[in-house]
Amino acid sequence: MDVLRDALVWLSESEQWSGDGSLPRRVMEHLYYTGLAVVVAALVAIPAGYFVGHTTRGSTWLVGLAGAARALPSFGLILLLVLLFGVSGRETAAVLALVVLGIPPLFAGAYSGIHQIPRTVIDAARAQGMTEWQILWRVEAPLSLPVLLGGLRQSVLQIVATATLVAYVGLGGLGYDIIQGIPLRRFDQTVGAAIVIVALALTLDAFLALATRLATPRGVRVGRLADVRAR
Amino acid sequence: MTSTTIRTSLTAALASAALVLSGCAAGAEDEAPEMEAAPMMTEVIVVGSQAYYSNEIIAEIYAQALESAGYEVERKFQIGQRDAYLPELESGAVDLFPEYTGNLLQFYAPDTMATQADEVYEELQGALPEGLTALAMSPATDQDSYNVTAEFAAENNLVSIADLAGIDGLVLGGAPELEERPYGPTGLLETYGVVVAFDATGDITVDALLEGVISLANVYSGDPRIAEFGLVTLTDPEGLFLASNVVPIASSDVAAELAAIIDPISLALTPEALVALNLQSIKDQLSAADIAAAWLSENGF
Repeated sequence: MDVLRDALVWLSESEQWSGDGSLPRRVMEHLYYTGLAVVVAALVAIPAGYFVGHTTRGSTWLVGLAGAARALPSFGLILLLVLLFGVSGRETAAVLALVVLGIPPLFAGAYSGIHQIPRTVIDAARAQGMTEWQILWRVEAPLSLPVLLGGLRQSVLQIVATATLVAYVGLGGLGYDIIQGIPLRRFDQTVGAAIVIVALALTLDAFLALATRLATPRGVRVGRLADVRAR
Repeated sequence: MTSTTIRTSLTAALASAALVLSGCAAGAEDEAPEMEAAPMMTEVIVVGSQAYYSNEIIAEIYAQALESAGYEVERKFQIGQRDAYLPELESGAVDLFPEYTGNLLQFYAPDTMATQADEVYEELQGALPEGLTALAMSPATDQDSYNVTAEFAAENNLVSIADLAGIDGLVLGGAPELEERPYGPTGLLETYGVVVAFDATGDITVDALLEGVISLANVYSGDPRIAEFGLVTLTDPEGLFLASNVVPIASSDVAAELAAIIDPISLALTPEALVALNLQSIKDQLSAADIAAAWLSENGF
């Protein structure tokens, strides 16, 4: 437990809180890569997931592809992409590797969110005369939002944890303190930075958990507590 | 399985009081009488290596040389970093390990002032914990060095690190820990008056140098890419870097007998030979065992 105490002491030292390589700066770098990767991943994965969920076209191979992408080792992918893009393109390379990591849970969330809606609901909407776009935006999107946000939570959690690796190609972030601390045997620094990453991940997750609660349509939430028709 | 072998060999070699210290022999102490031992040809020598391809090749050379001298060898390669394997060496679980004088000295004596090869070796012998002995050091080095591209060197007439002083906009690339090392940016400024920015390029340091993202790269002197890409290694007249020669570290109880076999190998392993060995691994993708066997036979061992 000494290491943990040393880490807390390290965290409380003032030089960790201001200046060039300080923690606030590292947190900002970390959040920058995380945020950028999540946004790009969402722009790719959500439309694709909606398309497959709504039309059920291409579901077999797209779902399979997204599953297979989960198996890609991120560290290897970052280095591979840096070699492809060159060192001057390392920022793009690192973000792209994180995007690849973030797509599968988001895609699965968007796809299965729509997929789990009872077909009768969608048929009813169609019978009312709604166009396909109206069905997507007014029925499927709101009803699938909680599941999509679940996918977003997973995606954010994986990306924020893996963004630690961008330090290996000189892009900073909280991983920097970890990979610098190990060879220097400064375990207070290594563990201290790890604690900050964990805290960051938990904060983001709590925030998204709250958002998921708020985004759940009232009818869906009530329906979860008690079957309304049984009253 | 090894414990039986070790116990057998111990019975055969009880007199060697040194062997009793090997740590595998707890309890054998009472039985150690003062009598001449038979040669310990059946003893198992455990050779370890770091998780670094070049280090593994050297360890494999030691292992094969010991085998052809009649020893039974157990290989414990790729153990990892010093924190992982030094306790193994100190406890006697590993008998022989290829190390690097400077880096090892820095581990045991972080405040050392020695930088030249002989000083470092001498100080290392004093700094090693009880039970470990440094065998003869090799002329081969695998140490930190600062490198620039041939064009950059020609443009600025660079030969030594001191020639960098006064050049604006220098960016030093290397592993993240270089930022905090005594020979990093601070050392460059204090020893040579060279001002650099730092970029933690890590594994992509050489690529970053070739692309011009950084101007100065910390590359190990044993790295074959220095020759492959025609990099210019700047000389270090002020001894900024700790000299780091290849040095076999042995358990003291077997050091004397191993030295007879390993010392000639260390002397034959030149800096150029080490780079050539590394190149065969990186470029030709040969296994450590093949590279070691070829080198041993070429050099008449």
